Amino acid sequence: MQFFFEVLIGGLLSGVMYSLVALGFVLIYKASGVFNFAQGTMVFFAALTFVGLTEHGLSFWMALPATLVVMVLLGLAIERAVLRPLVNQPQISLFMATIGLSFLLEGLAQIVWGTSVRGLDIGVADEPIGWIADRFGLNISKFDLVAALIAAVLVAALAFFFSRTRIGRALRAVADDHQAALAVGIPLQQIWGIVWAVAGAVALVAGLLWGARNGVQFALTFVALKALPVLMLGGLESVPGAIVGGLIIGASEKLAEVYLGPMVGGGIEGWFPYVLALVVLLFRPEGLFGEKIIRRV
Amino acid sequence: MKLIQSLLLGVAAACAIGAAPAMSQQFIPILSYRIGPYAAGGSGYFGGAIDYFNLVNATGGINGVKLTWEECETEYNAARGVECYERLKKKNGGASTVEPLSTGIAYGLIDRVAQDKIPMTTFGYGLGASADGNVFRWVFPLGTTYWDQVAAMVAYLEQKEGGAAKLKGKKIAYLYHDSAYGKEPIGTLDALAAKDGFEALKIPITPPGTTQESVWLQVRQQKPDYVILWGFGVMNPVALKTAAKVGYPREKIIGVWWAGSEEDVIPAGSAAKGYVSAAFSAPGTSFPVMQDIKTKVYGAGNGNLEDKSRIGSIYHTRGVVYGILITEAIRNAQAKYGKGKLMTPEQVRWGLEHINLTDARIKELGATGMFPPVKTSCADHEGSGMVKFQVWDGSAFKPVTGFIAGDRALVRKLVEEAATKYAAEKKITPVDCSKEM
Repeated sequence: MQFFFEVLIGGLLSGVMYSLVALGFVLIYKASGVFNFAQGTMVFFAALTFVGLTEHGLSFWMALPATLVVMVLLGLAIERAVLRPLVNQPQISLFMATIGLSFLLEGLAQIVWGTSVRGLDIGVADEPIGWIADRFGLNISKFDLVAALIAAVLVAALAFFFSRTRIGRALRAVADDHQAALAVGIPLQQIWGIVWAVAGAVALVAGLLWGARNGVQFALTFVALKALPVLMLGGLESVPGAIVGGLIIGASEKLAEVYLGPMVGGGIEGWFPYVLALVVLLFRPEGLFGEKIIRRV
Repeated sequence: MKLIQSLLLGVAAACAIGAAPAMSQQFIPILSYRIGPYAAGGSGYFGGAIDYFNLVNATGGINGVKLTWEECETEYNAARGVECYERLKKKNGGASTVEPLSTGIAYGLIDRVAQDKIPMTTFGYGLGASADGNVFRWVFPLGTTYWDQVAAMVAYLEQKEGGAAKLKGKKIAYLYHDSAYGKEPIGTLDALAAKDGFEALKIPITPPGTTQESVWLQVRQQKPDYVILWGFGVMNPVALKTAAKVGYPREKIIGVWWAGSEEDVIPAGSAAKGYVSAAFSAPGTSFPVMQDIKTKVYGAGNGNLEDKSRIGSIYHTRGVVYGILITEAIRNAQAKYGKGKLMTPEQVRWGLEHINLTDARIKELGATGMFPPVKTSCADHEGSGMVKFQVWDGSAFKPVTGFIAGDRALVRKLVEEAATKYAAEKKITPVDCSKEM
């Protein structure tokens, strides 16, 4: 039973890491209806920029705001150069543009900062917490707990931003109906710029945590693959959905790998979350927390 | 600025090549990967090979014959690798040999190189059975196959335990990249487990392996005496960090050579300290050949690595060793077919079959201790099977053994069985090596 709880808790904490990436997708989808294929690359870009700046002599606390500025500028530039010319174009055009953007950012990051694999130390050990191990016999990583705390703060800040600020309310209006929002004088392009900048900041947080865990390398772009089933399960436009979806996916994939994996030769962690998400979609096509769309025909 | 400069130089070089094809030079296509998920390894390895080729050219070529090469970016993608091969195989008078540094691309080329009669090297990887030159005439898994490498790992553990008999009843977990690469040595591992009486617990890790908690919790639950890590790319540092997280001692983890470079341990930070990996070439800049590269190639501004701190790293020196083996094969071919002449791919194939890098010859080449002796033949396209083991001390890999081999007789038996099966499936008539010169 103790082992079961260990797997379960480890899975839930991994899920938090997936949620961090999923949040970036949700933000952009909420505001513009665009599925941002480049979100994983933005995570990589942010982490690589941060490490690159520290290699050029900046301290952690100087590199952090500097990278934040770079990510915000990147978000604004994407809005200006890629999205604005595509306003009123079909959603698929915007989606295709983000695919192109993904490859552009991958190449750009490697041209600017090189292809070497780097370590990233954020000062939190990824080792079991001694007193939990001694008292309960469970191995819970300090790093995972810090990541969960950061995710909680981030979600609280985003929730506040969306519900309590003027920009947040404008953003929700844009998400509900672009044309109606424009009609009441909400500056659509300004809102998109802000959302992309916020998504850049979220990518930085995700990049630092994933980079600290896996090293800063190209494979960070793959973390987006972990966020996809989270989005399918939780719903594309729901911040709580990204969190709950992440927890469900994280816990279920670990439990499946440990308890079902040996029956089928193992290695099911990669595809099991997608199967789970597909099963949920059969019953709730909008995901667990997505908005139910009813259209007259 | 440097980028623009490089682009201009590249365009100028391309124009020069276009204007006057390098027909009088020995052409080697380079199927490199300098961008994408495995760029760190690809750029180091192919950088090392090009640095050595430049050194050869700077010191007069091979009996006066200069080497020329052209790169094609594969991004480690099998389809793109095959496309690169097709694009380059007839260029500049034709390819002498090809090295894809990718099991996937190598699988895609095995039939093509046989048809085109271009020898392909798979230096330290690829299809284990291809060590049998009777069947695989055009493939050369030089140095070590995965099969010999897993056998050497078991030999290392036997040494560590104080003899083969001491492995009896032990449990060795085999954590592998769930792909053809990861599955390749399983048959050999099973045969060794049956022989030595240890239990081989096989646990696949879904690529790319960015999360491994469930796997390592299973490891902790199963309590294996050792873990063999058959990883690649991001899977390696994540494995080491997750092992630390669940409290599995890194000293008991032994990695394959794809898990034994600086790029595999640096991202894991302190979690990698004490981890042991296999290697079939040694890193460092103290070897005379590396010193020559530093002075004659980098000193002349022809070095391939932009980041000079990577000179002498594991991937870089491995690329240099590849360069040494290829030039030695061409030199052998010239000794038979005419010194100072351009060699055809068939002649280079003969040269690859007659590599005899003894300790004395390795010393002449300024590479003593950099790699083990290699002696290929018509039947044995591998030529060595030896690897050394190295421990990461937190800042560098330090050797813990010399070059050692596993049970080569057992591996050879498995190679021949698999090659015979392959020949039957593909309707290949094996050559009679006793009649080959």
